[in-house]
Amino acid sequence: MLSWAALLVCALALAGFFTAKGRAVALGGDTPEVLHSRPVYHGGFVAIRTVFAGLGVLILGLILTNIAIRWALYSGLPAGLSEIERDLIVSDGVALANGALASRTGEARDAVAALYGRLTTLQIWGLALASVGAAIFTLMQGLRQVSIPFRARSRFERIVQVILTISAGIAVLTTIGIVASLLGQTLVFFSEIPVMNFLFGTLWSPLSGVHDGTMDPDKVGAIPLFAGTLLITVIAMLVAVPVGLFSAIYLSDFASARARSIIKPMLEILAGIPTVVYGFFAAITVAPFLRDTGAAIGLSVSSESALAAGVVMGIMIIPFISSLSDDVINAVPQSLRDGSYGLGATKAETIRNVILPAALPGIMSAVLLGVSRAIGETMIVVMAAGQGANLTANPLEAVTTVTVQIVALITGDTEASTAAGPAFALGFTLFCVTLIFNIWALRLVRKYREVYD
Amino acid sequence: MTDAASLSPSVHTTDEAAVRLKKRRSAETRLKAYGMIAIGLAALALVALLWNIVARTMNAATEHYIAIEAQIEEGEDDFLKVVKKSARAGFPYVSGRSGKRELYGLFSDGAADDMRRARDAGTLETGDAVPMRFLMSDTADLYMRGEFGSLENQESAGTLAIEEGGKAFTLRTDTGAFTDALGRAKAGLAVEADSLRRQAARQSAGITAQEARIDSVTGLEREDMLVQIEGFKAARDRLDGQASALDALVTGDGDTLLELSDRMASFFVEANGGILKLTEVSADIARAVPLVPMNDTDAAANGAWSLRILDRPEIGRPVKDRQVAILETLQRDGRIEEVANWKFFSLSDSTQPEIAGIKGALIGSMWTMLVTFCLAFPIGVMAAIYLEEFAPRNRFTDFIEVNINNLAAVPSIVFGLLGLAVFLNFFGTPRSSPLAGGLVLALMTLPTVIIAARAAIRAVPPSIRWAAMGIGASKTQTVFHHVLPLAMPGILTGTIIGMAQALGETAPLLMIGMVAFITAVPEGITDSATVLPVQVFNWANASERAFDMRTAAAIAVLLAFLVVMNAIAIILRKRFERRW
Repeated sequence: MLSWAALLVCALALAGFFTAKGRAVALGGDTPEVLHSRPVYHGGFVAIRTVFAGLGVLILGLILTNIAIRWALYSGLPAGLSEIERDLIVSDGVALANGALASRTGEARDAVAALYGRLTTLQIWGLALASVGAAIFTLMQGLRQVSIPFRARSRFERIVQVILTISAGIAVLTTIGIVASLLGQTLVFFSEIPVMNFLFGTLWSPLSGVHDGTMDPDKVGAIPLFAGTLLITVIAMLVAVPVGLFSAIYLSDFASARARSIIKPMLEILAGIPTVVYGFFAAITVAPFLRDTGAAIGLSVSSESALAAGVVMGIMIIPFISSLSDDVINAVPQSLRDGSYGLGATKAETIRNVILPAALPGIMSAVLLGVSRAIGETMIVVMAAGQGANLTANPLEAVTTVTVQIVALITGDTEASTAAGPAFALGFTLFCVTLIFNIWALRLVRKYREVYD
Repeated sequence: MTDAASLSPSVHTTDEAAVRLKKRRSAETRLKAYGMIAIGLAALALVALLWNIVARTMNAATEHYIAIEAQIEEGEDDFLKVVKKSARAGFPYVSGRSGKRELYGLFSDGAADDMRRARDAGTLETGDAVPMRFLMSDTADLYMRGEFGSLENQESAGTLAIEEGGKAFTLRTDTGAFTDALGRAKAGLAVEADSLRRQAARQSAGITAQEARIDSVTGLEREDMLVQIEGFKAARDRLDGQASALDALVTGDGDTLLELSDRMASFFVEANGGILKLTEVSADIARAVPLVPMNDTDAAANGAWSLRILDRPEIGRPVKDRQVAILETLQRDGRIEEVANWKFFSLSDSTQPEIAGIKGALIGSMWTMLVTFCLAFPIGVMAAIYLEEFAPRNRFTDFIEVNINNLAAVPSIVFGLLGLAVFLNFFGTPRSSPLAGGLVLALMTLPTVIIAARAAIRAVPPSIRWAAMGIGASKTQTVFHHVLPLAMPGILTGTIIGMAQALGETAPLLMIGMVAFITAVPEGITDSATVLPVQVFNWANASERAFDMRTAAAIAVLLAFLVVMNAIAIILRKRFERRW
């Protein structure tokens, strides 16, 4: 129904475009140059306004009415229920109204379902009519404005400008959205749990100590998760940095053009493989391989060892390090190289004594970005690392990471409102840490550019 | 004229200089070698990864069918019953509850689905003996691929005399034909005895540990500990006793019959058209029960019978001995067909691996990508135009730039949390719908598109703009009529690469509930759906082993899409991008 309304609005806009254009052409007659704006701008102005009005009413209305309906459903519930029960009744009622399966049936749920059904019908019809009405109204208004001196192009371009600015602002809105959504839930969580317990506690088992929706503050210590993340990140960087850096050095200073044309795409393929594929590789191939190899030489390697996840994550980050390092090494001015060769240095000496020191800030920033990726990487660790919060520095044991716990909390069976607290707190921590690394890396790159540009 | 060398007595020609030079050169070679090793390692990782996927995908490319006759009555509706009835009719010698359960275990529920589909299409024949292909179950299919080891064939040595005695048969040779089987069974026993001894040793260690502590405790605790030690001792003695009993069996001579268990390799004798399973064995004599009946009990001449061995013990594999025997018989009779698994593309997710397909995930991915593209492309391009062509150089613009660069490096799971909090909980977007997924992925892809589009717009030389403005175009006209078309190949290339990233993205979609088990094909952007990478994740987590190869196949499909998208991007770049 609503998509038909949207289509109708678009059709109206199209009709408006051609009508307005036709009118402008008719106004111009044999001397179209008397028009301030070309007919197409008259059409475009009418069309863009119509679409704006119609779809704007539709989308805004949908968002607002959805919020209103939710509020109405909750306020219609009998008093004296806990928040969890209220959530459950509402979601069951909505499911019943949609003809889906509900966890239970009952009077309160049927009432919610009936109310929901009535309200959504009202919402859909109301919005459809309102949006089409708004579109028709602006269309008519726009058509009346078509005249010889009407500055349609300027008006049209101003609207375009506004759209462009809004588009650019969406990036800012996204950041604000991220910070606001993470911070909101995190603050709620920290109003119940002391921050210090979260940051410095060594026991992580948040869902085992839940009583009536509140957690045991002694069981939300995230240190094991931070330690696990750190362990896996260190392993990943131990794999990625040497391999990536030496590849970059070879590519930029030793490889022939032909070798480059083969090796670069190969590394790009490595970069283009989805992380879920790496996760599968780690869980199905690398982890059993390490376990069996360990068993053969008398080491007990967990089948969810930090080593397996770390090594595969390192492979994932290789192309990241190598391509960024390759860029900065190539950006070292040729004059520095020539100067070094002129003094009789070999290639290796030039690289070690001239190029690497010069490129060091750039390489550092590549490594920092790599670390930030490793910390935030999810699928590999979800599939190959463990679930249990295990505080250890032994890479052969299973550890868990921040991202694994976020996924476990959000996709687990626990009531969403309970699990959201620790999950968003972890998410916020993750966001802050990666943000620091990213800003640090960008600073380094900028400084480096200032030196050589 | 003086020689240059005589002016400055050269340090470059001495022996030390030669050594030094050699050292410097070898340092050079070393660095180069490190580079090559690094690239070799990266290449090795890539090859290992791809080979893993391809090898497993090959297995998923076909599926096995059992060709037997079906008994279908007119108007029959319970096709699961038809499958069972046909199975019983096809293998009348299988009796008993467990035997029948094992027989049914060879067939997939998909066989009934096939019949239902044929009925719905009006192509289902009815009758008492309709030749029909029945889809094999996942475990039987894995057996056919040799996942549980293959059946070894030992050629017969000497004549095999067969005596019937009750339910079992006694098999006699006079050439020691079963010596090898006996040896293997004993080896199995020895391994078992070893493992029992290790368990006993663990008990002993427990005893020693407790006895070391016992003097330090008193009272009730001491009592408890004593009881515990007694328990350990009893367990140790029991385990030792069992191990010694096994040892006695192992050291027994070749003439006493050794009883076989499901912890040892399975031994079959194929003779007179039937398959017997050995239950007791000595060098010359064996007792066996028939799994597939023989035509007669005449003595089998040398060369007319064979001993077949499956090394993996019955207890360690889901395909039981009876099933192995039936499958081998079917294979011998040419009634097992291996056909291309096109159904993989026409079915959706299922709990049973043999009837799980990726259609639902493919369609879900398409809807999600549609939403992502419709949002990320126009918004990204417009944002890039604003930043490159219109934005004043001020703090706000700088802020936007920093923002975009940071967003590009925010972990994807954080975008998932944003989607959960904002789109699902605040705006009420349907859970696990392509709409919600597309919105989140669009926000994620946006920085990529903006950065690529800005680079492409910046690459258009200013002379184009001046020329357009010189003939009276407005700023907007200049940008939209001249700059944008010239920048479009670059923008599209960047967009496609961003879309390829989004197509493989999994973590944020888990946050918005796309991990749910959904068997229906989504019909719109608000239906519940799953997408390709999430399907990969779900299957990789499934416990059934047959899902492994399907996971690989789904990955192969995903990678194929990524390859196509990247190829298009490369072609666009090569064909249309102009260098100024």
